[in-house]
Amino acid sequence: MKAAHYWHCFVGIQTREWLRFWQQRTRFASALVRPLLWLVVFAAGFRAVLGISIIPPYQTYITYETYIAPGLCGMIILFNSMQGALSMVYDRELGSMRVLLMSPLPRPFLLVTKLLAMGVVSVGQVYVFLLLALLVDVEPPLWGYLAVLPALILASLMLGALGLLIATWIKQLENFAGVMNFVIFPMFFMSSALYPLWRMNEASPWLYWICQFNPFTHAVEAIRFSLYLEWNPMAFGITAGVTVVLSLLATAGFRPQRTKILGTSKPA
Amino acid sequence: MKSMFKQTALAAMIVLSTPALASLAYVSNEKDNTLSIINTESREVVETISVGQRPRGILLSMDHTKLYICASDDDTVQVLDLATRKIVDTLPSGEDPEQFALHPNNKHLYISNEDDAIVTVVDVGTKEVLAQIDVGIEPEGMAVSPDGKWAVNTSETTSMLHWINTDTFEIEKNIVIGQRPRHVEFSKDSKIAWASAEIGGTVHIIDVDNLEQIHEMSFKVPGVNQDRVQPVGIELTSDGKFAFVALGPSNHVAVVDAQTYEVLDYLLVGSRVWQLDLDKDEKHLYTTNGVSGDVSVIDVEDLKVIKSIKVGRYPWGVVIDPSS
Repeated sequence: MKAAHYWHCFVGIQTREWLRFWQQRTRFASALVRPLLWLVVFAAGFRAVLGISIIPPYQTYITYETYIAPGLCGMIILFNSMQGALSMVYDRELGSMRVLLMSPLPRPFLLVTKLLAMGVVSVGQVYVFLLLALLVDVEPPLWGYLAVLPALILASLMLGALGLLIATWIKQLENFAGVMNFVIFPMFFMSSALYPLWRMNEASPWLYWICQFNPFTHAVEAIRFSLYLEWNPMAFGITAGVTVVLSLLATAGFRPQRTKILGTSKPA
Repeated sequence: MKSMFKQTALAAMIVLSTPALASLAYVSNEKDNTLSIINTESREVVETISVGQRPRGILLSMDHTKLYICASDDDTVQVLDLATRKIVDTLPSGEDPEQFALHPNNKHLYISNEDDAIVTVVDVGTKEVLAQIDVGIEPEGMAVSPDGKWAVNTSETTSMLHWINTDTFEIEKNIVIGQRPRHVEFSKDSKIAWASAEIGGTVHIIDVDNLEQIHEMSFKVPGVNQDRVQPVGIELTSDGKFAFVALGPSNHVAVVDAQTYEVLDYLLVGSRVWQLDLDKDEKHLYTTNGVSGDVSVIDVEDLKVIKSIKVGRYPWGVVIDPSS
């Protein structure tokens, strides 16, 4: 009986997220513009500049478009998860989130389910992006599209949990640009999304180590390897480990009553 | 009945357990003075053997038992026995042999001697020099038509194709093509010859019956400076469908429709791709990438590069033994 409650709640949250997505179809489409610009414009410009030598999981020379596609999948998830997690804190005082948190089921379950629901929507976006990427000859093996699914879900859970954790730290959330500048951009640029890490190591070893410690690097590598049907236990292990730690911290720290929203404060 | 079943099962097991016969690809490494042997099934280097100095052009004897190697800095052609993988003989070649071609009679080897502006014809059986033919300056590419009538030499500085009658060992015609002609490839029926001009950036199609150029094609690799588009090696599929042209430092192989001479695609391979060879059933094309020191494998059906295999330094020629 209890399991049935959990399941009912799980399905409810998932359905709601899809309904919300359906209502915001245009936002969904516009969120694809950013990675597509990177893929078509940025990659075309840098194609000749960055020679890509053969690195696993690739078996031969690849175009720059092929190299950055997994990184841009990570980018879609990164932006969506951050935006989604921050909005969870935004609407916890009003509307749906408040109703959700009134559920008698444990809060960590509710939060993780919500993160998962948001992740599934991001994954849908990633697949649309990968289909469009076929137009610029980014052609992973057919089974890669299926094999990449666990990596995509894991990455969206990890980044969603991170977003939630950040949201509990900051009090004023009007300024999404702050999060962009201090979290999203550094995470994206200091990773293996745009350039292979050996190239970073050539440029500066300390930057290389920052990239190595960036969990987003490992999320991108997990996506890259599974998309090309190779198994990368380190990337998966680190992404999974960081997901667990961040989820624990975020759900434990989630106190909707404590945060100051829109200038009003409530006592704990 | 029971024993019959047993026998059938045994026979089935023997058939199933016989490993698929993989062919071997031989790659000459110009800077390492070695030959890399690649198993085309596992696509890995299985052995590297030492040969003469600066090995460049390589080719198989018609019966596929020997491999001839131009050891350019040793001024000789070496003969490698494929069964023992040992150098069993050397042939006189004239100075600095770079490319050569074997007549279908399996006897006459036509060797271009870059420094002397001659083509040397050697009988591989008697090791006798049958003729030395004066050609243009810096002779380079060498080909013999499959019907054995013509030997063609390209001279890099004179930008000519010299058509040598294989009966008389005399030049019957010279055809001027684009700058620095490097390689000639005949269609299987000996009716069409394809010749690449490295500096000119062009490939010239010659009608062999009339010895006249019938078409000239050029290449435009997206995102690559035109100076770097330097056609060298050419390989034709025997069904007459495709021609593959190695475009040197542009790091691409052009896929050409062999009927319409239209470029269908450019495939990214390693740095400075020069020579090409198709495997036995023409399912895969192997390319030597000199600067990156590897061999790329192209799936001919999908027209996709599927793997690049590290070999020695400056791989020059590649030959796949169809009988191995």
